[in-house]
Amino acid sequence: MYGGGYIHQEESTKKQPEAVVEDPAKLAEFQARIDRGEKIEPHDWMPTMYRKQLIRMIEQHAHSEIIGSLPEGTWITRAPNFKRKMALIAKVQDEIGHGHLLYTACETLGKPREQMINDLLSGKSKYSNVFNYPAVTWADVTVIGFLIDAAAIVNQLANSKGSYGPYCRALERICAEEAFHLKQGHDAFVFLATGTQQQRDMLQAAVNRWYKPIIHFFGPSDKESVHSEQLMRWKVKMASNDDMRNQFFDMYVPKVREVGIDFPDPNLKKDPETGKWSFSDPDWDEFYEVIKGNGPCNAERLAVRKWAEETGLWVRQALATPYTKTTVPLA
Amino acid sequence: MSEENNSLDPRIQRLDLPQGESTVKPNEYWGTFEVFLQEKRGKHHQHVGSLHAPDQDMALIFAKEQYGRRGRCVNMWVVKTTDIVAFQLEDEDMFATTPDKTHREAGIYKVRDRIQEYQERQKNA
Repeated sequence: MYGGGYIHQEESTKKQPEAVVEDPAKLAEFQARIDRGEKIEPHDWMPTMYRKQLIRMIEQHAHSEIIGSLPEGTWITRAPNFKRKMALIAKVQDEIGHGHLLYTACETLGKPREQMINDLLSGKSKYSNVFNYPAVTWADVTVIGFLIDAAAIVNQLANSKGSYGPYCRALERICAEEAFHLKQGHDAFVFLATGTQQQRDMLQAAVNRWYKPIIHFFGPSDKESVHSEQLMRWKVKMASNDDMRNQFFDMYVPKVREVGIDFPDPNLKKDPETGKWSFSDPDWDEFYEVIKGNGPCNAERLAVRKWAEETGLWVRQALATPYTKTTVPLA
Repeated sequence: MSEENNSLDPRIQRLDLPQGESTVKPNEYWGTFEVFLQEKRGKHHQHVGSLHAPDQDMALIFAKEQYGRRGRCVNMWVVKTTDIVAFQLEDEDMFATTPDKTHREAGIYKVRDRIQEYQERQKNA
């Protein structure tokens, strides 16, 4: 589903730029290869900074897929009918599959999957902020399936044109499956929007709840960031946070409004001159608080993830030694 | 934010969730296998990606789940990633002249001109 539209940068790396000095000749050759549109493969030489940033990005993306399936997974047992339930099960399975694809892609850069999981459980690694909010009603599930997935696709389509081969290949597969997620989400969204007044009210309330997290999803404006510029030259980051957010509004505000639902923001407007959307301040302080671990569901998400890890342990152990013989007592 | 979180998640409401640290040990998730998928009888198996599995049998089961969920598929291969042998990427220049070896290709063998010229000559003889 969802890449971290916003890739969280740990405080420590924000303050002190990488001290690694790269060989300028190799660096130039590396840049030339990327400029020619060639992909970088795991055994190629790459700058330390490139490797580190990709690990952070792919790992956060992988965690987001796994954690992102939790708010929706909660609703599988309470889906309103069989058709929606089948679609939701298929979607949640896809998300877990995406997580696995991304863990293997990230491992090619040298960080073992076990370490990534440990960093997630300990809170060291982050995942997309949106999944720290609860899905209160079924309408929230449709908003996630439609709008959060839509936001994620904007991000992932951009990244699939990036420079690192294994990540691009994983993203191509992911984007193909996301097409189904988006369509089933849109279908469920339109169904509620064109239903009874009660259904419409429920949907509008859910859209109101998710508006801020959706804006947060793409991250704060990064236009001024030098760091971001370097990553764009290396095709690690393919578009600025603002550009992706703008693209999302362009594509999806009309689709929300055409069924008589709207985002709860009188200042959400497109400037016909510049083509840029403006919106009210979405409270970036809240965004940073949630990243720090103080969102409504941070603790809950990690607790469930830990539970899955611990209750799955005996299965992994059994699989590791599948031919162990046991003796059944005769009496 | 919300201190009293009345979670909707049945796992939160009904399970005794673990407290404190839990750690995954190195290699607990095994090594990786590469997956090759055959879309149709008679076609080549094509590489589609990799996955983690404890052994070959489980790798096949996981391959079906991970890469055979939708679309056509009639068969799959799994191969341990460490069993794959490849050239070094920096040696790719050894293939650089291959496209120049046109004497290996059908396209450069053109006889029509010569035949026409021969037939002209015969006619005028």
